[in-house]
Amino acid sequence: MPLFRESGIVEDPWLKLADDEPLPADGLVLVSFARWRQARAALLARRGPVGVAFANTEAVETLGADVARLDLIALHFPKFSDGRAYSQARLLRGRLGYGGELRATGNVLRDQALFMLRCGFDSFESDQPGFDAALARARTLFSVVYQPAEDGRAPASLLRLRHRTPAVP
Amino acid sequence: MPDTHFYRYDDYDRTLLAERIEQFRDQVRRRLAGELTEEQFKPLRLTNGLYLQLHAYMLRIAIPYGTLSSRQLRKLAHIARKYDRGYGHFTTRQNLQLNWIKLEDAPDAVAELAEVDMHSIQTSGNVVRNVTADHYSGVAVDEIEDPRIWCEIVRQWSTLHPEFSFLPRKFKIAITGSPNDRAAVRVHDIGLRLWRNEEGEAGFEVIVGGGLGRTPMIGKTLREFLPRDELLAYLEATLRVYNRYGRRDNLFKARIKILVHEIGADKMREEVEAEYATMKDGALRLPAETIEAIAHQFAPPILPERPAVVPTVEALRLEDRDFALWLKSNVAPHRVAGYAIVTVSLKPAGAPPGDASAVQMEGVADIADAYSQGEIRVSHEQNLVLPYVAIEDLPAVWRALGRLGFAEANVGKITDIIACPGLDYCALANARSIPVAQRISRHFAELARQHDIGDLKIKISGCINACGHHHVGHIGILGVDKNGVELYQISLGGDVDFGKTALGTILGPAVGADRVVEAVDSLVATYLDNRNEGERFVDTYRRIGLQPFKDRVYASV
Repeated sequence: MPLFRESGIVEDPWLKLADDEPLPADGLVLVSFARWRQARAALLARRGPVGVAFANTEAVETLGADVARLDLIALHFPKFSDGRAYSQARLLRGRLGYGGELRATGNVLRDQALFMLRCGFDSFESDQPGFDAALARARTLFSVVYQPAEDGRAPASLLRLRHRTPAVP
Repeated sequence: MPDTHFYRYDDYDRTLLAERIEQFRDQVRRRLAGELTEEQFKPLRLTNGLYLQLHAYMLRIAIPYGTLSSRQLRKLAHIARKYDRGYGHFTTRQNLQLNWIKLEDAPDAVAELAEVDMHSIQTSGNVVRNVTADHYSGVAVDEIEDPRIWCEIVRQWSTLHPEFSFLPRKFKIAITGSPNDRAAVRVHDIGLRLWRNEEGEAGFEVIVGGGLGRTPMIGKTLREFLPRDELLAYLEATLRVYNRYGRRDNLFKARIKILVHEIGADKMREEVEAEYATMKDGALRLPAETIEAIAHQFAPPILPERPAVVPTVEALRLEDRDFALWLKSNVAPHRVAGYAIVTVSLKPAGAPPGDASAVQMEGVADIADAYSQGEIRVSHEQNLVLPYVAIEDLPAVWRALGRLGFAEANVGKITDIIACPGLDYCALANARSIPVAQRISRHFAELARQHDIGDLKIKISGCINACGHHHVGHIGILGVDKNGVELYQISLGGDVDFGKTALGTILGPAVGADRVVEAVDSLVATYLDNRNEGERFVDTYRRIGLQPFKDRVYASV
């Protein structure tokens, strides 16, 4: 599956490791949350970076301070209309302060790209034609937002306070 | 034209709306070009208010907190004429539905709406829907604080919320600022009731998990008193818990009421409070200046002094029985002496409840300009309201409404029926609602008889999704389909009054379409035979129980 960032298509350097595959000594590996819990010490003792992939029913907040030890977290959209991973993303970014790569996987479509960006996703696996162009433009679709999220944009309510814009009659 | 006395869009609001329309226009273009599948397009069109119904697309336009200016109402009339068949249907959630929209016209129709600062965003889909309020907001005698201030704050926060755009199911919020709840807050996903504590501070009772539909439930109080500036943090916490844990395996079990029911109110409270504790002092706390700036826009108009006692009105009341009845049922007391609140009945005898033609909408807009500060409200009972009518002007308003066919003196009476669009329009319905409402309306058309019967709320839904709120009707009527035959199940004793909110009890076997009027007639006769002085239908029912009603209805089968 092609991987995108806002800048365009990128190589995916991560090895997606099935739970029954042996752990390589180095390199970037992405493991399931179950494997992370079971082999946390072994994973951290390796030389290479570690990433964790969550199902959208799993409790990302239980990572706690471990988020600082991870370079990739992958969150899954089994269907584009199943929005649980948006909340997981905000918990990781907003509450746990996760600063590494946050990847959207599964049914990732261009019309949801802006919501994903605003919730803190910064890489996207998608096979939808035109996804890359749409992603590159997604942040420009709306120059106004109404609520704070994980993209640091000031909502209209805050801008109004700052600028004291009088209402247009 | 009079200035408006509610929230005015600024450049931020208008920019967002314009950009939203461009996004939608592109999505419609891609759908028509085959670049989007119907499955992919569906949530996109739904969150722009566009449904695919039985015969055509339906556009559902939000009327936030049920408040309209005359200019906005004229624009709705224009849109109904230009893009539809010249009429619209006011719904139980303070929306206007146009039933004959073409997909390719939809972006132009919403662009015209935006010219008057209106939209159809999030009137459908699994998102936070149009936030509803008491239709007497700002003018009700018993009001503590205008709930529309809070509806607007919630409207902005929930609009295109990136985290909550794919919830398990739709999410409806209602807010009341009065102890007498006219917004049905106990039967919403979240109901908020403003009240004042012993220190004189206003805050919200937060009620979660109410709803009608196929599993009707009365909401549970999660918070007795929430400080007002923490409202958005508490809502975000509640929505996050719902987004994460609400069921997605079964469409019919996906509303928040099922989550609350399954894990229990205590566990739900624990989850929400834990989430809230992490965000309460964060970016969602509302600065006093923000609240004030929005509140300021809802400041009531300065009304010219008008006499509270008007001999000519008194005289007309004594000489014209219809006017007297209209005063009794359609006119409510106002906060300001010399003024009254007038309900415009969209239920003339035999008409589809809640329908208004473009000509009628323009007529009401003219009356509002002449007599009601250019403002109109939409009630969840599918009527319109003129909130600032001088008592002195009541005869003129009554006559003008009469010319539009909207002066029926039946507000709160047996023909003031709530009905969903039903099988005449809706793809989900099992049975027709409107023709049943029309038959009941014709049967009980005589006004003196209606006033003798007194307050009686009939609510009709064409399927178990309960858009006609049949569960909370004093008489509820639910259309069901039995092997291709439309039958109607009758229930008694539902109520949405605060403190008395109750779900109706099923009377007995469903009856055929041709028997509904007869059955309602038997129910009314049972009431009239048994009532004590001053008892309403529902009071008598509560006192004597279901059996006498049941016996009479089924005796004649």
